[in-house]
This record gives sequence, C-alpha cells and structure tokens, in this order.
Amino acid sequence: MIVTTKEIECVVQIGDIAIALRTDDQHFHNLLCQRYAGFLSTSQPELALDLDLTSLGAVTDDDVRVRREGKEWLLERGDFQARWDPLSGRGHVRQSPNPYALDSVLRILHSLVLAARSGFLLHAASAVCDGEAYLFSGVSGAGKTTLTRLAPDSVTLLTDEISYVRPNPVGYSAHGTPFAGELAKAGENTVAPVSALFFLEKGPENRVDELPPAEAVRRLMRNILFFAEDHELVEQLLATACDFVQKVPVRRLTFYPDSRVWDEIRNFEGMPTHA
Amino acid sequence: MPETYITRSSAIAARMLAGEMMVMNSMDSTFFTLNEVATTIWQAADGRTPLREIVRNQVCEQFDIDAAQAQTDAEQFVSELSQHGILLVSDQPLRDPSGPEGR
Repeated sequence: MIVTTKEIECVVQIGDIAIALRTDDQHFHNLLCQRYAGFLSTSQPELALDLDLTSLGAVTDDDVRVRREGKEWLLERGDFQARWDPLSGRGHVRQSPNPYALDSVLRILHSLVLAARSGFLLHAASAVCDGEAYLFSGVSGAGKTTLTRLAPDSVTLLTDEISYVRPNPVGYSAHGTPFAGELAKAGENTVAPVSALFFLEKGPENRVDELPPAEAVRRLMRNILFFAEDHELVEQLLATACDFVQKVPVRRLTFYPDSRVWDEIRNFEGMPTHA
Repeated sequence: MPETYITRSSAIAARMLAGEMMVMNSMDSTFFTLNEVATTIWQAADGRTPLREIVRNQVCEQFDIDAAQAQTDAEQFVSELSQHGILLVSDQPLRDPSGPEGR
C-alpha cells in the first residue's frame, strides 16, 4: 500500500502503467484532469507521485539530468526536481505549477519503467490502420507530423510525438499516449500490435526500402528516449532494440507528402528480415 | 618493442545480430558496428593476450589477410575504439572484462 500526505489524487494510466498523481492544490489537480483527460483511470495505481508546486527555474529542453542515487532515481530540469524509488514505486516531485514539467517527469519515468520491462518510448508518431499499429520515426522535420496530418479519417492517431512500445507474447504493441507534438493533441487511449516501424524521409515518390539489421538497430537506439548515462539501462535497451528488429519489420519510408502515402502503408506486407 | 594489451570497457553494451557485432558506449551513446575481423579482435580482447598474438593466432588464422597488413589494421582499429573509450589499451596486462571484476 502506498501512503501519501497529499489530499487530491488522479490516476493517469498510459499503456499498462497506472500512476497516481497527488497534490494539495485543487486548481492544479483540475489542470491535470484536463491535460490527461483520455488517460484517467480507476485502476489501482502501481506508482505514485506526490507533487509539490513551487517556483523553480525556466524550462529548457537540453538540461535534463537523470541519475541513480542509492536506490532512487533523481530527475532534474530547470522546472522540476524529482526523486523516485523503483522498489516502492513512490516518488516526490517539486515542480513549477505547469503541467509541462510533469509531462516531462512522466516521460522519463515511463522510459525507466518500460526499459525494465523490455519496452521503450520512441520519438515517433504512431497510428492504427485496419487494426495494426505503424510507427513513424525520424529526425525533426522528417515528416512525422506531416504524415499524421495526411492520415485518412479511418486511421486512429496514437501519438504524433512519443510512441509507447511494449512486448506482447508474439511481438510488440503500441499504446496511445497523451504526449503531443506539433499537433498539440493527445493520442487515442488504445492499443494495437505493431506491424512495422518506418524511418521517414521526404522524397519525390513513395517507396519502402529495407534497412540492414545493424542500421535498423542504430536508428532505433538513436530515437529511443533514455536520459540516464546508465550502463545497465543501455544494455537492456540494446537487447530490446535487437529483439524488436528481429520481430518487427523496420524499413525506410520515403514519401511524397500527399495522402497516397497511406495507400503504401496500408498495402505494406513486410516480414522482419533480421530474424 | 612493447606488447599491446586490450580489454573491453565496462561502460559498453554489445550485442550480436545477423552476424554483426554492435557496440554502444553507455556514457555518450556512440554506436559502432564491427566487421568480422574487428569482431574477432573485440571478442579476443581479454586484457591478457597481446594484440600481436590475437592478430597472429586468430585474425590471420580465420581470414585470408597478410600478417603485416592485419597488424597495421588491428592497431588502427584499436586506436580508433580506444579514442571512443570502447577499448582500453595498455602495455601491461589488464583485467578480464568477463571476469568477476570486469563489470
């Protein structure tokens, strides 16, 4: 049982991880309920974060520090300082009174928890088409947002920014996340088996090309979110990336930015070539 | 001429996939894919076997490579990986990375 001193709680469940977010501030609680509206849960929380609102520094993207200190993980950025104990599942966050700081804490926390469960968060848009999930990764400007904007109405967006991937008995599944990018819109809270991972490039025509296995792993590792310079974590993620490449087709998708690219995706029938 | 001893850094994650060895430095996330010859040297880097012996007994035995050229290539490979902190190099024997103190 997780004991807390905070009065007001909401439980946010992304993938299979339910996290209780506890605060004394009713206004902030309301903000969180709005921010994570599609992901609120009545499940018993597996993890809990006590939130203390305070005035901290400005938000910057490149100064996240994550490290182990004893049995705890320490997560720090200009606008938050957090401690989390993976054994008890309990953590404490001092943060600026905006949901973006907590959004970053949740991303880091999920990346740590998922790594231990052979899953990962990926810089990728993802969407469900005909019951199959497709992941679209690539450098900034490669076309993640463009591709999601071009999706037909029948396609369900899981995220345009951060994909949540975890193993299932035969391969991998992708879950929706509230972590939004340029679309500023949370994904749908649903799950589907991953049918392919595409690394995007814009070009004059639509085409799908194989990637050598090591190149597939290298690209995957470059886009998996992990924040800690931690040997055990990197070993786990590299093992997971190799397993993923053996079970899921990983391809380069060059696309011309119009809706026909979705025909290419819908008709894709690839097998993992690296098994 | 002093011997060169090499061992794998404990900060490295390594994995073989489809016949290729991938190594990643957990400190700076640099990622390398090793070819077959480099993989042979990598796997033989136990800290106790001199590089010259690894080249002679393993590289030249397994691959059709001129001994002098193989030694030059091996030294270049070792130099490059040591600059990235992936291999540790010494003129004295080093600890075995797979031993009890290797991790």
